[in-house]
Amino acid sequence: MQPFTTLTGLVAPLDRVNVDTDQIIPKQFLKTIERTGLREGLFLDWRKKQDGTPDPELFLNQTRYNGATILLTRDNFGCGSSREHAPWALLDQGFRCLIAPSFADIFYNNCFLNGILPVVLNAEEVQALFQAVRASEGYQLTVDLAEQTVTTPQKTIYRFDVDPFRKNCLLKGLDSIGLSLQHEPTIAAYENKRKTEAPWLFPDL
Amino acid sequence: MAAKTMFEKIWESHVVREEADGTTLLYIDRHLVHEVTSPQAFQGLKLAGRRPRRPGATLAVPDHNVPTTDRRFGISDPVSAKQVKTLEQNCKDLGITFFGMNDIRQGIVHVIGPEQGFTLPGMTIVCGDSHTSTHGAFGALAFGIGTSEVEHVLSTQCLLQKRPKTMEVRVEGALSRHCSAKDIILAIIGKIGTAGGTGHVIEYTGGAIRSLTMEGRMTLCNMSIEGGARAGLVAPDTHTFLYIKDRPLAPKGELFERAVRAWMQLTTDPGAKFDQVVELRADEIAPQVTWGTSPGMVTGVNGKVPDPREMPDEKSRKAAEHALEYMALTPGTPMTKIKLDRVFIGSCTNSRIEDLRLAAQYVKGKKVAPSVHAMVVPGSGLVKQQAEQEGLDQIFKEAGFEWREAGCSMCLAMNADVLQPGERCASTSNRNFEGRQGKGGRTHLVSPPMAVAAAVEGHFVDIRYWS
Repeated sequence: MQPFTTLTGLVAPLDRVNVDTDQIIPKQFLKTIERTGLREGLFLDWRKKQDGTPDPELFLNQTRYNGATILLTRDNFGCGSSREHAPWALLDQGFRCLIAPSFADIFYNNCFLNGILPVVLNAEEVQALFQAVRASEGYQLTVDLAEQTVTTPQKTIYRFDVDPFRKNCLLKGLDSIGLSLQHEPTIAAYENKRKTEAPWLFPDL
Repeated sequence: MAAKTMFEKIWESHVVREEADGTTLLYIDRHLVHEVTSPQAFQGLKLAGRRPRRPGATLAVPDHNVPTTDRRFGISDPVSAKQVKTLEQNCKDLGITFFGMNDIRQGIVHVIGPEQGFTLPGMTIVCGDSHTSTHGAFGALAFGIGTSEVEHVLSTQCLLQKRPKTMEVRVEGALSRHCSAKDIILAIIGKIGTAGGTGHVIEYTGGAIRSLTMEGRMTLCNMSIEGGARAGLVAPDTHTFLYIKDRPLAPKGELFERAVRAWMQLTTDPGAKFDQVVELRADEIAPQVTWGTSPGMVTGVNGKVPDPREMPDEKSRKAAEHALEYMALTPGTPMTKIKLDRVFIGSCTNSRIEDLRLAAQYVKGKKVAPSVHAMVVPGSGLVKQQAEQEGLDQIFKEAGFEWREAGCSMCLAMNADVLQPGERCASTSNRNFEGRQGKGGRTHLVSPPMAVAAAVEGHFVDIRYWS
């Protein structure tokens, strides 16, 4: 996993609440057995209007947001299906950081496991950022994970919370499976204890 | 000893170790696997030169991509076929039990787990699928995970988790005879919102919940994720133990008796505290119908399509405007005036034998409206077989419903069962997201009896007053 330390990047706005993972990446892209090549599916159903012309509202259809690495969005982003294809598609498009007032649980977790930092700011802060992004073309933010800050070009600093364990894994790009496997003896001891306490859990298929 | 919730008891009995910040290495008892969210996990496992820690704690089945029509000639879509084949090969390579497409035990992963007795109270159960919450109906801590976590569980039989908060959703009173678990859960989501349960595990309590059958409890817990909660729980009781007894993978004899004694200790202690408590009256719940593109956009069938201008805040107003535009609905339209093109009875929410029995009871002797295309997709091969033994397939077919093979089907439309752009569907599934059942398709979530009545009349009807 690619570590995340600091990022200064162009911000793209997606002004919708409850964006579900079906919208982030539609079902037809779930048939792949790879993790890559998903950018063409990102927000696919929102790219065109019903008459088939590009929807100018979507950031992907506005050249000023080409190369954005930070996505600014609204409440409950990533709700619905657990498909990890959603963070894979966002990553494939170049996003390394997402900012919203809240994220859905499974999606939030999936981001950390793919080197994407989801930042929770309060609704007022997010609203202020939406106004700023729209007002100035080329609007960039600097996100510092170690310091847990988002800094605007005017040097306004927003602070965010992140679990220390997840933060450490993301800062160093650690493989969480490798970390867990270091505790193999503890896992084995747990299993032995449970085989006595609750033997009905152990007949394997 | 401090009073504990059921969640706390299950969680604490699965802690392998804890980090300083509370991140927990949690032991996972059961792992369900399907074809869509697993190939990259198996690939990662193999690339790292690892083997599954407990292949025997894992059960795999293809469900999302499988055709619901004649399967003797395989899957015609080569991409879907490759994904299903990949799952079969991975299971073969790694010693994981696999129920193939033509095995009678094949079905939707959340239908077959309970059906086989793979799902037991007090367990931790995961699957790369958000509707894993279904298994909470047995008093198991069950939640959906991403593909990276699927690989983590295969490799370590554990997951790294932060302890969630707890929410009690208490439903007292008696439900109308024509309402079901589906109406309860839709009403709950309507009340707490689609993010109301974020960061929480819900325990459903109260008289109306205790009265539900096991299959009703599965419908209820299934949609916990639509309220934002990764997991929902119902305390195990006699209903639970009777349902489990004699299932193929359930413990037998003395071991079963011992397990039941342990399962009876799982219930929340009197006086235990939840982080949040929500209360509803079952007698106030009308048959529910969604009007928008998020499960929280729901009302009673006796209600109307809401007016976005009357929404409490800017955020909800904008979301409702978007939704109504997509759904092509006009504010103020009575729900019963909404006409349907398609009816889908199926999905991990409502495709079990009781759902089919109930739906058949309402449709018996009636005909699907000529303007409606209706289908029934049983949740598993065994559900289908049982329904056929009871003659339910005949009732549906005589009424004009298509009777299909088991799978996820038009709940998410990854196979050939898809809504056409602009088509409007009454669906017993769990998500009314834009394009969920097909690009441009319009989904209204309802219970099986409401879906059946809509199929017959061609529009929604208040099932309580339907002859």
